[in-house]
Amino acid sequence: MKKIATLVGATVAIMATAGAHANTLETVKNRGAVQCGVSDGLPGFSATDSSGRWQGIDADVCRAVAAAVFGDAEKVNFVSLTATERFTALQSGEIDILSRNTTWTLTRDASLGLNFTGVNYYDGQGFLVSKDLGVDTAKELDGASVCIQSGTTTELNLADYFRVNGMSYEPVLYDTSDQTVGGFEAGRCDVLTSDQSQLYALRIQLSDPDSAVVLPEVISKEPLGPVVRQGDDAWFNVVKWSLYAMINAEEMGITTANAEEMKSSNDPGIQRFLGVSGNMGELLGVSNDWAFNISKQVGNYGEVFERTVGTGSPLNISRGLNALWSDGGLQYAPPVR
Amino acid sequence: MCWSLRFCWAFLAVYGADYIMNPNNRNGLSRLFYNPTARSLFFQALILGLLLYFVMTIVGNVMTNLNQRGISTGFGFLSQPAGFGISQTLIEYNETFTFGRTFFVGLLNTLLVSFLGVIAATFLGVVVGISRISPNWLLRKISMVYVEILRNIPLLLQIFFWYYVVLQTLPRPRDSLSFGESIFINIRGVFVPKPVPDAGFSFYIALLVAAVVAVVALTIWAKRRMRDTGQQFPVFWTSIAILFGTAVIGFFITGRPIMLDYPELRGLNFRGGITILPELIALWFALTIYTSTYIGEIVRSGIESVSHGQTEACRALGLNEGHRMKLVILPQAMRVMIPPMTSQYLNLTKNSSLATAIGYPDLVSVFAGTTLNQTGQAIEIISMTMLVYLTISLLVSAFMNWFNRRVALVER
Ligand SMILES: N[C@@H](CCC(=O)N[C@@H](CS)C(=O)NCC(=O)O)C(=O)O
Repeated sequence: MKKIATLVGATVAIMATAGAHANTLETVKNRGAVQCGVSDGLPGFSATDSSGRWQGIDADVCRAVAAAVFGDAEKVNFVSLTATERFTALQSGEIDILSRNTTWTLTRDASLGLNFTGVNYYDGQGFLVSKDLGVDTAKELDGASVCIQSGTTTELNLADYFRVNGMSYEPVLYDTSDQTVGGFEAGRCDVLTSDQSQLYALRIQLSDPDSAVVLPEVISKEPLGPVVRQGDDAWFNVVKWSLYAMINAEEMGITTANAEEMKSSNDPGIQRFLGVSGNMGELLGVSNDWAFNISKQVGNYGEVFERTVGTGSPLNISRGLNALWSDGGLQYAPPVR
Repeated sequence: MCWSLRFCWAFLAVYGADYIMNPNNRNGLSRLFYNPTARSLFFQALILGLLLYFVMTIVGNVMTNLNQRGISTGFGFLSQPAGFGISQTLIEYNETFTFGRTFFVGLLNTLLVSFLGVIAATFLGVVVGISRISPNWLLRKISMVYVEILRNIPLLLQIFFWYYVVLQTLPRPRDSLSFGESIFINIRGVFVPKPVPDAGFSFYIALLVAAVVAVVALTIWAKRRMRDTGQQFPVFWTSIAILFGTAVIGFFITGRPIMLDYPELRGLNFRGGITILPELIALWFALTIYTSTYIGEIVRSGIESVSHGQTEACRALGLNEGHRMKLVILPQAMRVMIPPMTSQYLNLTKNSSLATAIGYPDLVSVFAGTTLNQTGQAIEIISMTMLVYLTISLLVSAFMNWFNRRVALVER
């Protein structure tokens, strides 16, 4: 019922406040913390560890923004949201950034009053089936019961895929990923479908991860990225460039470990980036050492990727599409200049 | 700016009324205000005005805010294709149908579970209520424990219990429990044969209608005869015999006009037949059991509210137990029972929105959940959904009020 409460609350908030003023950066600075919307717990993307700290590639985007704005990556309040709650929470101002494995689509960009600030993970939808089903390809799934999380692009892609292939299915909808995994494990459905990266994350949550396999088909494009409210360009820029700073840092070879010594580099690009020269931060409305703080406290994109979803994590996902453009991937950031 | 200006108007209106009503300022107009009818009209108009102003402000705010935030508005989305599947649809639906259609699919699913719940909870509740005052000690205690325990466990937990603890531990499709190779039970639900009309079906239906007409006629005749002559006729058993007889004999003489489509395991799942989703069963059981405890208490208190003198009078007249309940106690108990019963029915309907928790595709889950999320039209969808629950509630209470008036004591 929390969901209904959020929705009704947000509706009331939109009714009661006259003319919302759109200066999120100012609001955030006054509050002293970034309100960051994350998932209910998706390992690698945003989930709490044993000490209650939010970990993951999505959580770190918010930390990067906090590092840019406050010089302190810890000034973030995390708000966990289900897929259905997330947009309303952002629209109504409950959160400043939505960083919750959210796919960038035209409908969301154009009709929800939101803006996607970039892509922090290139994904695609896939299927997880239990091994004893004996299925090797998604084409054999005719008549299957499929567990899905409601309010996702997943729901729509699934319908399209089965339709195109002339197959039928029974959708079994759940609100949180725990329930979805639970339904799959109990056998309520034959297949669990979701963004492929998330399938790896969900698979390690199974009591016996080896009993399930991810099918080879990828049936959609799912560019996941942070989202902010439309019409607040200053804040949009801060969030967008915080992500770009992480990618640029990787290109420049700046890491958590060497950020300090890189300050004395004589490369003018690195000097500008770390705020040794120029006024890049000021232009964004934050301090000039914003990118230094991001690199030092959060790390560059590659470091974050490896630590959260990559080879340094239980998910063990390879960079693939998410490698830098210079390494044959799609991650590319405009220059800081 | 706009705010304060409008506020000034309201202020002037109130202040002006005060001025006029001060006896020192009396003139022709103000005398009118000393007329109680005119005065009360004035204040009602004022309140109405303020209320309208309040509503207008809200609507204005909403429009400004949504525009400013670039959120699209309006009901145009209802005619757009939905693009998602729904697991239980009482009317034809697939992902090419519109968002508007998902509203009706969800609404019907809500009505289905509410209807099933109301019927079952009433039956169970009456049984529990009567057991609560039964002369049998064991029955009395068991029903008391039933009521006290189940009424005090939150409904959501009971739904989870049925769904996760009971139904999710059933076997998978391949190891289904099978009853006579025609009914199957597994974790995906209960699969029963589906009756499909065959040649001669309309003839069979005509026969059944005729039987019902005969039963109605018989009842009227028996009532008249009883009134005129005092002779009784076993209407109940005769009616059962007529209906049952026609159903069975008619079935064979019309050449078995109904075929059964049996569910059968093909591929990953059962196909054919009728599927009763575990989500529906869990929700239905939980709603029924939870509400039956309250209905039981209403029935018990209703019966106990009829004074003991009535029972004694019945005994003195030599009425048997059954007649005493049916003719004397229950009609009087009904008057006490109906108003609280109405609120239980309304509660059950509204509680059915807990369906979202286990993914039963009711109105809240399908329309205020998936459709809302895919379109982002929160205000429109939440308003429509609230309007539906309001309408259902008003209809149910209108019906129950009508029924209440029918059984009410006619005072002479
Ligand atoms: N990328 C898709 C799907 C996002 C999504 O919600 N995926 C589920 C995977 S089952 C999830 O993240 N669940 C985590 C949670 O609910 O906390 C979208 O934006 O619609």
